[in-house]
Amino acid sequence: MDINGLFSNFGELTTTGLTQGAIYALVALGYTLVYGVLRLINFAHSEVFITGAFFAVWTWQFLWGLNQDSTVSGLVAVGCLVSAMVVAALASATIASVVEMVAYRPLRKRHAPPLAFLITAIGASIVISEAYAILTRRRPTGMPTLVSTDPLIHIGGVPISAADLLIVASALIMMIILDIFINRSRIGRGIRAVAQDANTAALMGINKDRIILLVFLTGGLMAGIAGVLFNVRIGVLTYSVGFLMGIKAFTAAVLGGIGNLRGALLGGLLLGVTENYASGLFGTQWKDFTAFAVLVVLLMFRPTGLLGESLGRVRA
Amino acid sequence: MRQRLARVLGGVAVLALVASTAACGGGSDDTAGGDSCGFKIAFFGALTGSSAALGINENNGVKLAVEQYNKEHADCPVELVSLDSQGSPDQAPQLAQKAIDDEKILGVVGPAFSGESEAANPLFAEAGLVHITASATRPSLAEQGWKTFFRVVGNDLSQGPAAGIYIRDVLKAERVFVIDDQSAYGAGLADEVKKVLGSRVVGTDKVQGEGKQADFSATVTKVKNANVQAIFFGGYYQEAGLLRKQLTAAGVNAVMVGGDGVNDPAFIESAGQAAAEGTILTCLCAPATEARGTFAQDYKALHGVDPGTYSDTAYDAATILLNGIKQGVKTRQEMLEFVRNYNGQGVAANYRFTENGEMDPAEVKIWAYKVKDGKVVPDREIPKS
Repeated sequence: MDINGLFSNFGELTTTGLTQGAIYALVALGYTLVYGVLRLINFAHSEVFITGAFFAVWTWQFLWGLNQDSTVSGLVAVGCLVSAMVVAALASATIASVVEMVAYRPLRKRHAPPLAFLITAIGASIVISEAYAILTRRRPTGMPTLVSTDPLIHIGGVPISAADLLIVASALIMMIILDIFINRSRIGRGIRAVAQDANTAALMGINKDRIILLVFLTGGLMAGIAGVLFNVRIGVLTYSVGFLMGIKAFTAAVLGGIGNLRGALLGGLLLGVTENYASGLFGTQWKDFTAFAVLVVLLMFRPTGLLGESLGRVRA
Repeated sequence: MRQRLARVLGGVAVLALVASTAACGGGSDDTAGGDSCGFKIAFFGALTGSSAALGINENNGVKLAVEQYNKEHADCPVELVSLDSQGSPDQAPQLAQKAIDDEKILGVVGPAFSGESEAANPLFAEAGLVHITASATRPSLAEQGWKTFFRVVGNDLSQGPAAGIYIRDVLKAERVFVIDDQSAYGAGLADEVKKVLGSRVVGTDKVQGEGKQADFSATVTKVKNANVQAIFFGGYYQEAGLLRKQLTAAGVNAVMVGGDGVNDPAFIESAGQAAAEGTILTCLCAPATEARGTFAQDYKALHGVDPGTYSDTAYDAATILLNGIKQGVKTRQEMLEFVRNYNGQGVAANYRFTENGEMDPAEVKIWAYKVKDGKVVPDREIPKS
């Protein structure tokens, strides 16, 4: 155990943990939204995420003609980021909607047992990730550094880069928008109504299928943005990263209380820093061990997660 | 769960492939006339999956050897069976069994990686099927009493110290950080480096390999605050590329030194040319340009690309097996005897084997390569002490 190492690196471990956690949280929203409404774990959501990440890279490659060795700065970098976010969010939302329409809706119409949903979810996930695997020949894809990772400001001696700020700020903004959308808008009220009681909501004139599609679409938008932020942070994309991100984001959702939007944020950030502290304290080989041990222990005492409240029970 | 499912599906596909080639082989037997023809050799390694690049290099080397053999022996060609392990130890036993069940297979080039070797080699040893690996460098593979095991490269015991010697004598680094990916290969290499460097190693960390980790921020933080001049990474190119990119992004400019597993264009593609510049890669392989004869030209003519890491040793391993068939070897037992007593020239080195199946230690060459302008270029041969 390296207690000294943990404390001397505490600030940086916290910053990078929060940054990673913000991305977990954005992806976790997709799991939480779908679970809140359908009581279904959308395993294909990890692939909705990599769809965003891949379309972002392709935007940079084909729209801007950049590769891993290009240097970009200023307005071009901003243009790259904004265009990638738009393209990635649209691509992810599209894939998420397609998954709902092809893999889930037909099963729902036929009142399939929950196990069938689980299998189609895993099936859809494998199909999409293998498609990317074949497309990229299972090789890692490099990309340019768009946002500087050099220290921009120091808070209490801890260097914080423009990339860190961008990631955390974008994630927070997306979440606030989503929170307002769900809690204040007409459609948001529809989503909450379907989450509470789908049949009654349908009797009240809510088009259930449309709402469910919207839920997938919203989760996809978030995952697309997360994909871009992941690229900014990690800088290399491989077809297999979705699997890991999916597990971590799902964990974050459960940690915060699945079906709970703010819980997803809390769970994501908590998971991110826990992982980093564990890596600092015991060595990186203990990262997943510690993170999941914390999850198990926490669920023992709070079986519904930290914030526990589900989407359906949010005050109308 | 998803990865396991994918592996199972992959396995089924490969089994089907093998079964179908086996069926074809059975058919060609009759036309070729009896027992003295229709023999096969197999290649065993990753052709898909996250570590496939090395396997593809090797398979292409073997293909070239078979192609050349068949040109000379058109009346009695040898068939190549490529077994795609995806580099996974889980799949290795079934694949090994497939090779064993096909009696026309007289020898195997591979398994390419150390992990899958440990899973597959006991089966080969029991079946008496010769396997010559062109790239599995874990030392303990030669110490298991597998009579069928041979390798045409040195082992990590020589590559690890060489990396250490390079860091100590050429880079003259006083403070070194050692990272490994917890694989048999990566951890083995890192342990040897630590032995040579002793107290110069001021920090260590272990990360997850096989594409299971993308965010290395905790490791990067440790390296950054350890203030080192060199970083040794024991593992494969995928993690190495990510690490290098994230280290450089965090302002760490210490030279990274890695083993042959990092020696792949994908390392530079993922890290980016600027970050990868100056990285030192040790290898139990001499540069392909150093290969004797027309190997490099022939390889390029067949595959359209330059030979990569271990293309030449895989070619040599295949050539040894093909020489056996040329000299009238008809059974696995005869092939085993033939390889054990082999003494001949290849394009990468001269080969004869020790009792354990290791290549002659005097013939082992370790080279340092350097990433320069986005290309991996030979730097120098590293002395053994």
